Amino acid sequence: MARPRYRHHTRPGLLVWSLLLTTHTAAGTVLLSLSLAAAALSAIWVGLPLLAALTRLLRGHAHTHRRLLGHLLATGPVPAPAYRPLTDTRLTTQLTTLLTDPATRRDYTWLAANSTAGLILAALPPTLLGHGLLALAHTYTWRHAPSFYALQPVTTQPDAWPSLITGALLITLALLLTPTTVHTYTRLNRRLLAPTEHDRLTARVAHLATSRAHTIDAQASEVRRIERDLHDGAQARLVALGMNLGLAEETLTRDPQAAHRLLTEARETTRQALTELRDLVRGIHPPVLVERGLDGAIRALALTHHIPIALDIDLPGRPPGPVESAAYFAVAELLTNTAKHARATRAWVRINHGRDRMVITVGDDGRGGTDPRAGTGLTGIHRRLAAFDGTINTHSPTGGPTIITMELPCGIDTPHRTNPAPPPAPPPAMAP
Amino acid sequence: MRVVIAEDLALLRDGLIRLLTAHDCEVVAAVDNGPDLHKALTHHRPDVAVVDVRLPPTFTDEGLQAAISARHTQPGLPILVLSQHVEQLYARELLSDDRGAVGYLLKDRVFDISQFIDAIHRVAAGGTAMDPAVIAQLLAKHTDTGPLAQLTARERQVLAEMAEGRSNSAIAGRLYITEKAVSKHINSIFTKLDLPPSTDDSRRVRAVLAYLNQ
Repeated sequence: MARPRYRHHTRPGLLVWSLLLTTHTAAGTVLLSLSLAAAALSAIWVGLPLLAALTRLLRGHAHTHRRLLGHLLATGPVPAPAYRPLTDTRLTTQLTTLLTDPATRRDYTWLAANSTAGLILAALPPTLLGHGLLALAHTYTWRHAPSFYALQPVTTQPDAWPSLITGALLITLALLLTPTTVHTYTRLNRRLLAPTEHDRLTARVAHLATSRAHTIDAQASEVRRIERDLHDGAQARLVALGMNLGLAEETLTRDPQAAHRLLTEARETTRQALTELRDLVRGIHPPVLVERGLDGAIRALALTHHIPIALDIDLPGRPPGPVESAAYFAVAELLTNTAKHARATRAWVRINHGRDRMVITVGDDGRGGTDPRAGTGLTGIHRRLAAFDGTINTHSPTGGPTIITMELPCGIDTPHRTNPAPPPAPPPAMAP
Repeated sequence: MRVVIAEDLALLRDGLIRLLTAHDCEVVAAVDNGPDLHKALTHHRPDVAVVDVRLPPTFTDEGLQAAISARHTQPGLPILVLSQHVEQLYARELLSDDRGAVGYLLKDRVFDISQFIDAIHRVAAGGTAMDPAVIAQLLAKHTDTGPLAQLTARERQVLAEMAEGRSNSAIAGRLYITEKAVSKHINSIFTKLDLPPSTDDSRRVRAVLAYLNQ
């Protein structure tokens, strides 16, 4: 297994970390002893409330340790398993929840392993270092505290000099061992502190089931909306059109003027039906998105807004269609929100792609205070993005500015056209 | 007048051919895809081309791209672009070379045959024909602030008509006012917007579009 990446990777740095980890692990050892005592006392009931309290304490301790490791590991904090929440305050229910939670069993396994093997691993380099320093000091302290750092009883100063070699060797050994011990320590901790593969997959399945349900719901209501729009709109207009044409046909010879009126009406009805269909199509999938991709579609969208919108779009190609569409509608919704509520004087959209993720930020200089849970808009975007494992993050303090960041994992198609859209045309020059 | 038509749906293509032939146009080529359109434009050098934005083989904006690139090689080649939807972005790109002789209309505008034929003639003569939907969007962007807010309701109507590409006499006819009144409104508009006055119709239209596109 490859060595984990650290934020602090010098040997002395890792040695200092060993010392820090030793301290925290030692605190865990105290917790383990107390828990064992409480477990023993449980036989006569009094231990049970104590055990419950200690288990809660253990959760906090484990969590601090995850965060502590997060400062060392480049990958960030160790993920926590899904603990059962302790909502009820009654002792019996709390006890049942705590003691039947698989995460509790895992926490105790970690505590036991970490307080023994973990403690030895963490403490080994600092111990060696400490003895090395003591050996170096022994060239002076031998008079007051005789020891065997010089590998023999010391009675004269020249006898004490060999302890310098011992000290140097111990410190070198500490520095040599440190990366290996820290590596083994973090591996052990990560394995025991992070959720198991089974837990991870269970959580993943739950997430997928929820997002699938949301997607299906959203799709169903979208289809219902389209059906209703077609039924009440274009379809009804076509019926009216047919009726008008039929009447015109009938009256053509009898009353040409009335027929003419009916035909004009028919033309108008056709135009209205087309307008409705056009709006409907735009709501399903904007044609400009098909024609120009996300880049062009956002440019076209920005042109229709009243406030100036600065664009910085850097995509090496086109993301898959569904992702493109979700991203477009998310940006459109956010810009509409800005126009409606933010009282902004300008806004900006930034889109780029790297490491198989598309990152979109939409911001404005408005009055802020957007609550991600309040409006249905942001919740809708959240659900739409969740279908692609995407995330949305709102930063909107009262008084502004608002910055909303969305991330969508996706690949990118290399451009499939040889003549991509021309660069955004500057506004035509003024005629002389 | 020699016309090239590019439209991939046979039903609409035939309709356009019938309509244009009935109005003294000679359809020299009717194509249904981008590459053929390119060939037809360079080979026939028509007086005007009527082009659908979306064409095979990519079914993206093939027609628009062909039109823009043809105007690169043949500057000022009159092209009227038709589409099921209008985008300010496309209008901007079509207008960006500031040579006139362009049109951009919704397909629905074909219903009003006399208006449509008028637009074709205007584009062929070096003028412009912008869809009212595009102009309405452009005007809407300018309402709140700036010099446009100073225009009277009538002046805004005249401005919209002019931006669509109509001549003074056409505007007079549509708004039921005299041509003299139209030019009075136009002078007032140009003063308020601080645009250089011009007697050339199409140049004036381009100045107004450039102003609105800012």
